[in-house]
Amino acid sequence: MIKLEHVSKLYQEGVPALDDVSINIEKGEFVFIMGKSGSGKSTLIKLLLKELTPTEGEIYISGKKLSKINHKAIPNFRRNIGVVFQNFRLLQDRNVYENVAFAMKVVEAPTREIKKRVPLMLSLVNLAAKYKSLPRQLSGGEQQRVAIARALVNEPEILLADEPTGNLDDTNAWEIMRLLEEINERGTTVVVVTHNAEIVRKMNKRVIYIKRGQVVGDGKWGDISEI
Amino acid sequence: MTSVRFSTITYNIGQGFKNIWRNKLFSLASIATMTACIFLLGLFYSIGANFSEMVHTAEEGVAVTVFFDAGITQEQIDNIGNEIKKRGEVRDVKFVSAEEAWDSFKVEYFKGREELAEGFVNDNPLANQANYEIYLNDVSMQSSLVTYLESLDGVRQVNQSEVVAETLSDVNKLISLIFVSFIIILIAIAIFLISNTITTGIAVRKEEIAIMKLIGAKDSFVRAPFIVEGIAIGLIGSIIPLVILLFMYKSVMVYVTEKFIFLTNFLTFIPVHEIFEVLVPLALILGIGIGYIGSRMTLKKHLKV
Repeated sequence: MIKLEHVSKLYQEGVPALDDVSINIEKGEFVFIMGKSGSGKSTLIKLLLKELTPTEGEIYISGKKLSKINHKAIPNFRRNIGVVFQNFRLLQDRNVYENVAFAMKVVEAPTREIKKRVPLMLSLVNLAAKYKSLPRQLSGGEQQRVAIARALVNEPEILLADEPTGNLDDTNAWEIMRLLEEINERGTTVVVVTHNAEIVRKMNKRVIYIKRGQVVGDGKWGDISEI
Repeated sequence: MTSVRFSTITYNIGQGFKNIWRNKLFSLASIATMTACIFLLGLFYSIGANFSEMVHTAEEGVAVTVFFDAGITQEQIDNIGNEIKKRGEVRDVKFVSAEEAWDSFKVEYFKGREELAEGFVNDNPLANQANYEIYLNDVSMQSSLVTYLESLDGVRQVNQSEVVAETLSDVNKLISLIFVSFIIILIAIAIFLISNTITTGIAVRKEEIAIMKLIGAKDSFVRAPFIVEGIAIGLIGSIIPLVILLFMYKSVMVYVTEKFIFLTNFLTFIPVHEIFEVLVPLALILGIGIGYIGSRMTLKKHLKV
């Protein structure tokens, strides 16, 4: 599903953000990408979304070679990847329903499809009753659930979550992790970027550990916790 | 070819108008400038068109007069007439015989004392004054025509109203020059202001645009609301001045016609429908065009999608 072959990304400063990274994530996997800030996690997310181009190496997503996707084809490519951010990035002037519907409008989905899918997604994230609320009227956990609904409403094959629990307390963080696990069980490949060791340990999923731009560990928590 | 959904079109139009609303102050400034621009264009056009019409009417009265050598035959005169008629700049050629010249002179000179002219019944003082009155399409061509006429065999003298011709021609050119320069400056200001409005709109919606791009919005979808915004500003900014101009033009016409009756002989207005037949499409095309160009230019510069 996601394959990186000897990928390096060098910014102008000269220090590589990613250095010869090779990763293979299968369809339906739940994977944590762990590392301290500045380790290259954000660069990896940007490369996967084709916001950046690798200096060296090749990235494949759903069998597509990213270097072969031209500018015009990027929107279609991105529709297959849902993204969730640490700071939720919801539109503050729109309510819960509109925020989720926005993702479908942007990809020019038919109105009747929007009316059908958005309530379903809001039920999935347990926010159907708050569909009229504005983001500022919701807790952090609820806002992140809206963001997850928005990321999933177009039925992507992959969900990328960049520090999804970074702004949440423990209770909310666990709720979000359980929701991501449920989404993964429904068949979506989930990649969570985090530095929260506690969550990674308890979830007991595959972890790819990045340090100074290099993959220094790949396996279950027990295998890499020594690093 | 990909078709665009009706719901997408309405969504983007809605977003375009929301942009205007969110960004009220800048939008208002842009609409006001556009209104001023189109209003002045309309004003210049209305005044210019009416003045041109007056100049044109005056030009029609300006003629070059050609007198012939003594003893010339009517056949030779006819030949000269045919040669003159062939010239492109000549609109009309009127032959005035010696008798007609005398009749016309009599009416003006002996007005009220017609009996004094009777002494000349059989002795036309203007016997050698048969002439051609030549009317031009464009008075600026007058001097070259005069040179040509003077070179013709059988032509004794050519009279021309050089000062009038040159003045009228120069005034016309000057008006056109001021008109064009002013409009160009105003268009530049309008494009600049619309561009500023769109730039602010992009800054305000920066986060929304970033999310749209990550979700998978096409470039055209991201750009569309801003294009709608620019066009809407242009459209509103051209409809307002058109309405103002319509009322103003009608009022001025009525006012001048009622208050300055003595002027109506030479101060005739072009009818409202004739002015607005040109002005409405001109203003709309210009308004929409400026709006489109202003937003398009800005998007190219500030919205890398």
